[in-house]
This record gives sequence, structure tokens and C-alpha cells, in this order.
Amino acid sequence: MTNEHIASAFDGDLEEIQAQLLRMGGLVEEAITAAAASLDDLDVERAGKVRAADRHIDDLEEQINLAAARVIALRQPTAIDLRMILSVIKISADLERIGDHAKNMAKRTATISELPPVGGLSFSLRRMAKAVREMLSDALDAYIRRDAELAEAVINRDVEVDQMYTSHFRNLLEHMSAHPDSAAACTHLHFMAKNTERMGDRVTNIAEHVVYLATGERLDAPRDKGDLTSTDPSLAPEGPDDAGESQ
Amino acid sequence: MQANTDASGGKAKFSVGSVDVHYGADHAIKDVSIDIEDKTVTALIGPSGCGKSTFLRCLNRMNDTIAECRVDGSVLLDGEDIYDRRVDPVQLRARVGMVFQKPNPFPKSIYDNVAYGPRIHGLAGGKEDLDAIVERSLRRAAMWDEVKDRLGAPGLGLSGGQQQRLCIARAIANEPEVLLMDEPCSALDPIATSQIEDLMDELRSRYCVVIVTHSMQQAARVSEHTAFFHLGNLVECGETGQIFTNPRDERTESYITGRIG
Repeated sequence: MTNEHIASAFDGDLEEIQAQLLRMGGLVEEAITAAAASLDDLDVERAGKVRAADRHIDDLEEQINLAAARVIALRQPTAIDLRMILSVIKISADLERIGDHAKNMAKRTATISELPPVGGLSFSLRRMAKAVREMLSDALDAYIRRDAELAEAVINRDVEVDQMYTSHFRNLLEHMSAHPDSAAACTHLHFMAKNTERMGDRVTNIAEHVVYLATGERLDAPRDKGDLTSTDPSLAPEGPDDAGESQ
Repeated sequence: MQANTDASGGKAKFSVGSVDVHYGADHAIKDVSIDIEDKTVTALIGPSGCGKSTFLRCLNRMNDTIAECRVDGSVLLDGEDIYDRRVDPVQLRARVGMVFQKPNPFPKSIYDNVAYGPRIHGLAGGKEDLDAIVERSLRRAAMWDEVKDRLGAPGLGLSGGQQQRLCIARAIANEPEVLLMDEPCSALDPIATSQIEDLMDELRSRYCVVIVTHSMQQAARVSEHTAFFHLGNLVECGETGQIFTNPRDERTESYITGRIG
């Protein structure tokens, strides 16, 4: 298929929306990294920047939605163009939520920095966040290249994040049992881990939108769940953060 | 998801097999096979010169009127080959009515336009019967209320949209089974276009409707099945929603997204 529309202004509109989405993706990647790193380094100033930057992410989502509505109204996109507009709307919503999760993590860094240190546990969170950021980076690459295969690979990697979360959860429980005075910090760390795990789910959504964009088909096969914290009785019930937000 | 070649989920009204059309040396339709379902609207789309109007005209042998035109293959209407020598094209066209791009009422009264077909085909038993046919046809064409008090007025005095609906009423008056529409709205304004489209929604409960349109949005709005023609080939045919969200063929994709003309 030739890639250019007869109406070249249409191409301009689509390119502009795509550029905004990628800008948004870049900001969100940076937010994930910074939220986890600022916790690990107890860098309260950097955490504050994550919270401030979230406003830009929200603004971009708003702009993308307006631009997408405009294209629908003025150009009546069909086929690949329609799927691109639909997926941009959905992907930007997922990116915005990931940004919120990063912001929520960053909020707790200041609190945790005031509490007695919990050795090693923030590093495993950083590792988890790194995995999520790499998944997001690949999902956005898959978006640009319309690469369903890469997107499916991203989807399959979410199970690793879930496993990291389960293991982190177990470590937190052990640590709290051994050091009851660390319960406050560990609870905060658990919420942050849950934020990160939810980011992984959102990245998975993004990858699913990419598959739809590239193939026109929705994936419907159920995925493996690596998060056992709500089903394994040897692990305690999880926090309220999960309530009301299911996939 | 539907298969590509068969637009028909139910019973086929038309079953077209390996049709080729030549205008002299020009090969206008190339080996086209398609089933067209009854009581649905099927839209034929494609760039100018792709053969969609030629194909439409195969369905009621309108191409017979063009001397150098040759049609090969089979076009079955309810299982009977309409190109069989025993088929009378005039009778065929009463079963398969046609509405053209430009409204073309006869220079007669509204009443006589609609009564014309039933008169020559002898469909009416008498004056009362004919009155009933005229009223029913004008009602089905959604214009009875607009013209019932001036049936003696000339058809050519109506607005473009009314003239086109009059032509639809004229076609319906023959009690056809199929309505072929060749860009019926391209000479109409958006309001008249909406009225015709709304009418098509009614008509499909009674007839098999096949429409050629240059407006892809119109095809998307009015049809259940869409067939895309390109350079004389039937490239793809399927459920309209599928064609406009996820076409199977790159040529369809390029055309409906505005990448080739």
C-alpha cells in the first residue's frame, strides 16, 4: 500500500497525533525510571519532579483526544487510519494512568525518606520498574513499526513483572514479621510495588492495542498470571489499592 | 468475520459466476463471481472506471443496449440465467428495476410517471387498481404526503430529490424484486441524499438493493455488504463493517483510506 493519502493534510494530522503520543510515551518512560530511582536513592527532589511532570502527561492526553476527535469529525478515517485513531485514544489513556501510578509512587518517597530505612527492598522495586519501562519502550517501538509480534512478546513479559511483584510481596511480609517497626515503610513499599505491577498491566493493554492496530483483530487468549498474592493462601491478602481496578 | 468472496450470509438473490465484460477490445469486467443476498443492500464501490457501473448493468442486461458490449459467464437470478435466450429483457427489467444517477422522470404528470410501468406491463385491473398502485408506490418511496394533492402536476416540476424519489416510485410500481441504483444521490443535496438513504433502509425489507456509489461514507451508511472493484476485478467483498475497519486486501485499504483514486 502506498503510505501517503491523496489529501496530504490528512497525513499531517495523523503524524502530529503520532508525534504527541510518542512525546507522551517518552515522558511516561522517564517518570517510571525517575519514580523508582528517586525511591532507591531517597532523592526527594527528583520525586517532586515526577509529580510536577505528570501535569504535562495529562495535558498531552487531553491534546491527543482533541486532535483525534477532530480527525474523526473532519476526515472520517477508515481501516488502518480508523484503527490508528482508536488505538491512539486508548494508548494515551493507558499512558496517562501509568503516569498517575508513577506520580503516586513518587508521592510516597518523601514519606519513606522520613522513616527508618528498609535495606534492599527498594532495589527490587527499581528492578521491577526497569522491567516495566523496557516493556513500555518495546510496546511503543511495536506501535511505531506496527509490529504485532513484538507487541505479543511484550504481553508475554508481563508475567515476569507479576512474579517480581509476588516475590517482593513475600519479602515485605517477611521483613515486617522480623522487624515490626518497619511496618509503615513496608506498607508504603507495598503500595509502590502494586503501582508498578499495575503499570505492567497498562503496558500490556498498550501492547494489545498495538496488535489490534497492526492486525485488525483483538487478542482474546487468556494470559498467564504471575501475581499470586490474591490467590495463594500462604501469602496474606493484598492491599486495598487493587480494589475497583480490574483488567 | 465473513469470507471474502461471498457477501451472502443467507440465500443469494443473484449468483454471478465468472462474468467477463468486453466493450470491443476493452476488457471491462474480469472474471467476477459474487453472490448477492436478497433483502439487503449491497454497495459496489471503486474508483472511476473500475467497472462497478458496468457490473451493475449486467444484472438487468442494460449492457444489451450497447452494440459492442459482450457479456460472458453466468448471472443467475433465483437460479435462472438472465442471459438465457428465452428471457425477455423487458420482463427482466420489470423484475430488476433501476434508478439512475440523474433523476429522469418522463415529461408527464407525477401520476403518469408512476402508472407508466404498470400500464405497459398490464399490472393493473382498472382505474381503481391503478390508483392503488400509484398511491402504494409513492408511499413506499416516502413522498405520498408531499404530492398527493398534485398528482396531475408535471414530474419535472419537482425538486431534484423529489424527482429521484419519483423515479424510485416508478421503479417500485412494477413490483420488482431487485432495485439497482447507479449513484442515485450524486446529483442531490445532503438533505435529499439523507431522504433517499432513509428510504433505502425501508426498501431493503422488501427488495434486494444493489447500489453503485462514489461516496464511501454512503456505502458505509446504507449497505450491509460492500464489494470493492478495481481495474475490472472484484477485489474484495464482505460485511460492510469489516470492509471499513479491517479490509483484507491492500488495494481495498488504499482506496477506502484515500490513498489511491
